[in-house]
Amino acid sequence: MSRRVLPGLPLTLGITLLYVSIIVLLPLGALVFKAASLGFYDYWRIVSSPRAVASYRVTVLAALAATAFNLVFGFALAWVLVRYRFPGRRLLDAIVDLPFALPTAVAGIALTALFAPNGWFGMLLAPLGISVAYTITGIMVAMCFTSLPFIVRSVQPVLEDLDTALEEAAQTLGARDGTIFRQVMLPLLTPALLAGVSLAFARSLGEFGAIIFIAGNQPFETEITSLLVFIRLEEFDYPAAAAIASVMLIIAIVMLAVINILQARSLRYMARAR
Amino acid sequence: MRIRLASVVKTFNTFRAVRGVSLDIPSGELVALLGPSGSGKTTILRLVAGLEFVDSGEIYFNEENATDIPVRDRGVGFVFQNYALFPHMTVAENIGFGMKVSAVKRSRAQIQERVRELLGITQLDGLDERFPAQLSGGQRQRVALARALAVDPRVLLLDEPFGALDANVRHDLRRWLRGLHEELGITTLFVTHDQEEALDLADRVVILDKGHIIQDGTPEDVTRRPVSAFAMQFLGDVNKFGAIVTDGIAALEHGVTVAASGVRNGPAEVYVRPADLQWSAEAPGLPAHILRVMSRPGSRRIVARTDSGETVEIDVDQDHPAATGDAGYLRIARATVFAADR
Amino acid sequence: MSGPGRRVPLTGDNPAFRRALIGFVLVVSAIVIVAPLVAIFAQAFSLGVDVFAKTVGDPDTQHAILLTVVTALIVVPVNTVFGLAAAWAITKFDFPGRRFLLVLIEIPFSISPIVAGVAYLFVYGLQGLLGPTLQDAEIKVIFALPGIVLASMFVTAPFVARELIPLMQAQGRDLEEAATSLGAGGWRTFLSVTVPNVRWALLYGVVLCNARVMGEFGAVSIVSGSIRGQTNTLPLHVELLYHDYNTVGAFAAASVLTVVAIVTLVAKLLIERRGAGRSPQAVSPADQPALIKRAA
Repeated sequence: MSRRVLPGLPLTLGITLLYVSIIVLLPLGALVFKAASLGFYDYWRIVSSPRAVASYRVTVLAALAATAFNLVFGFALAWVLVRYRFPGRRLLDAIVDLPFALPTAVAGIALTALFAPNGWFGMLLAPLGISVAYTITGIMVAMCFTSLPFIVRSVQPVLEDLDTALEEAAQTLGARDGTIFRQVMLPLLTPALLAGVSLAFARSLGEFGAIIFIAGNQPFETEITSLLVFIRLEEFDYPAAAAIASVMLIIAIVMLAVINILQARSLRYMARAR
Repeated sequence: MRIRLASVVKTFNTFRAVRGVSLDIPSGELVALLGPSGSGKTTILRLVAGLEFVDSGEIYFNEENATDIPVRDRGVGFVFQNYALFPHMTVAENIGFGMKVSAVKRSRAQIQERVRELLGITQLDGLDERFPAQLSGGQRQRVALARALAVDPRVLLLDEPFGALDANVRHDLRRWLRGLHEELGITTLFVTHDQEEALDLADRVVILDKGHIIQDGTPEDVTRRPVSAFAMQFLGDVNKFGAIVTDGIAALEHGVTVAASGVRNGPAEVYVRPADLQWSAEAPGLPAHILRVMSRPGSRRIVARTDSGETVEIDVDQDHPAATGDAGYLRIARATVFAADR
Repeated sequence: MSGPGRRVPLTGDNPAFRRALIGFVLVVSAIVIVAPLVAIFAQAFSLGVDVFAKTVGDPDTQHAILLTVVTALIVVPVNTVFGLAAAWAITKFDFPGRRFLLVLIEIPFSISPIVAGVAYLFVYGLQGLLGPTLQDAEIKVIFALPGIVLASMFVTAPFVARELIPLMQAQGRDLEEAATSLGAGGWRTFLSVTVPNVRWALLYGVVLCNARVMGEFGAVSIVSGSIRGQTNTLPLHVELLYHDYNTVGAFAAASVLTVVAIVTLVAKLLIERRGAGRSPQAVSPADQPALIKRAA
């Protein structure tokens, strides 16, 4: 290590490492230890039980649908906030963060009240034969709400900084709007979109508070993995809770790694500079 | 192609960027728009490109009224100040972009062939797979130029083309661009705030200030026959003396006079380039003493103060013996006289 | 065609497209974001102000509010100190593993609060690593305030650090080095040079951290045991009332949390106007170019 000009490295690095160790690594280590102490056979039996597999399916499908919706809507929202001026824009910009600021349990009961068969939206949808509350659609709606800001807030600053001269250059070269969007803007926004998508997807996979109120919580049908962990705990089946929670942990860490790689690849033209 | 601007006006919010500019550029000419920042030169370039719409007035390409032709159909090649290269595309993809998106369909092989040809013209051979971030400033500038030329533009527009480059690279590129223009013969309009660049490169220089054309002429016209004090000052270092004009003669202090034919009687300002002042140990002349002598390649520059307190600069031969503290006399070899503003 | 003020359209500036897109976004935002907000207050006051006041004034609710505030008062300062220390270490020095440390700090963002809660159970719970030892010493962590505090710390650990790191990274080390060269000591440099330059980002992180602590549900629900009048935080109390079929009560308690959320948004808006820049909220450490640009 080279000679340092500024003071405070031992103190601040010490605090940081100590805190990260106690608050983050110790519990995660304990979880992994608990899961590992099960032995491979028991572990596999628990994490591949039909009920667990059904919960993965429900969670992942709903998270994919919610992320896809937010990719479109979040991108549109970021675009509108950055590129257009209209009355209420600042207010819209501010309330985008509501899902971050609002406790998930509060969001959960509010969405349930709206989409229950006698709720404002539920009443409108019921005659069409669409039920949202207590179905997988409800899970998706809750995930949409809680993960909405991720894509908006990832794309917005990059879109703001996108040099309009690039669009003008493409215009002088004869390109139409669709072409400019697809070939010039979209590739430059892809890293930000990927970042937002990954964060939104990870958040949806792990969401609990907002979902348990609106989901029917029926095993095999509308039971998410987080809830299954919770139920196993309430049954004092700690090994099962540890095993299934460790699956969620592994998926989260794999997601983190994948997204880092994807982003590095989509930014390769920048990375190679100098 | 001939370009003609007729009484063009452009205002941004309340800022009047271009105030009634008329300009006629014959086909094949290389024209510099020269002026300080805020003079409206870039706005004029963007109006010609179609990147801005005029508030009033017309723009003609040959006899066609191009005022309302959208930018993508105008057939101009535009080189942006910071090049605006697409960072996620290679050099070859950048150059080929215009041909790829064009309504005129070209085969992949045709595009490749044309890209290779342009890489040759712009001396970028072998760099086709690089990304813009991996290029030097001069290389980026030539990629931007190649990209603009790829669409066979009817007119080439360059916004401060050398602004972001080192002094020596700038000098080489200037020569090269002049050669390229002679080879291709495309009507070319470029914006600069650097008078040396304008004089070096252009067939014609248009000097702008505050949205008006101050002077429009060949480099010789604007340097030898500046029409105003602004043009005179903008084109290079100049010394200014107060004088009184009587019947075509401007009288300075100490009995020094210069010719001022056509200047109305009364107070006037006499402008003299440093090279047009001479330093002499003996009278006649304006008495002065030397504050400082600076050495330059091929010449020396004397900074002197006249007895009436004006600081002046004089260019002399590199063997000239002048030294700090010397007293002597200033003689005016050539001057331009303008009546003082009242 | 020509006329004053006419601008050349950029991509997507076509008027019909523009109107359609704004319309789409406003309608969906109204359904997804605004409607839940309205629903909370509509339900909370559906039986009148008296019932609302009675619910909020209920001793159990009051205790839940108190517990939530106490938790925030412990967690937020601790995480602020951690955030400052981490940002200083990571942005003012180069050391091996710096990037890895950055990822470690961000991990709680990617992990389900449920997983966090379970993990804490396996450290401090009876079946956990330290559980038996703690029980012998008669220290109660799980189903008590310390458990709630620890779980909240895990969930919100990155909040302050992630606001500070991109900004301090962009600001570089010049100012601190200048201060040091002028003879200022470490604390002096930190307090009078670094902190003033990042104060809005710091405040921003603190506000967001506070909102999340007060609203945390999943992790806390596992470690707290939800004992009414004892370890029930306000979000847990909302659930309790809801499952007791006291819908109005649940929404009344929820509306208190909603007010906290709205205050957070207003504070965020004010801080942004004071020049803290846009929230780097949703950007992972891999997205460095965007982070640095934004902070600049």
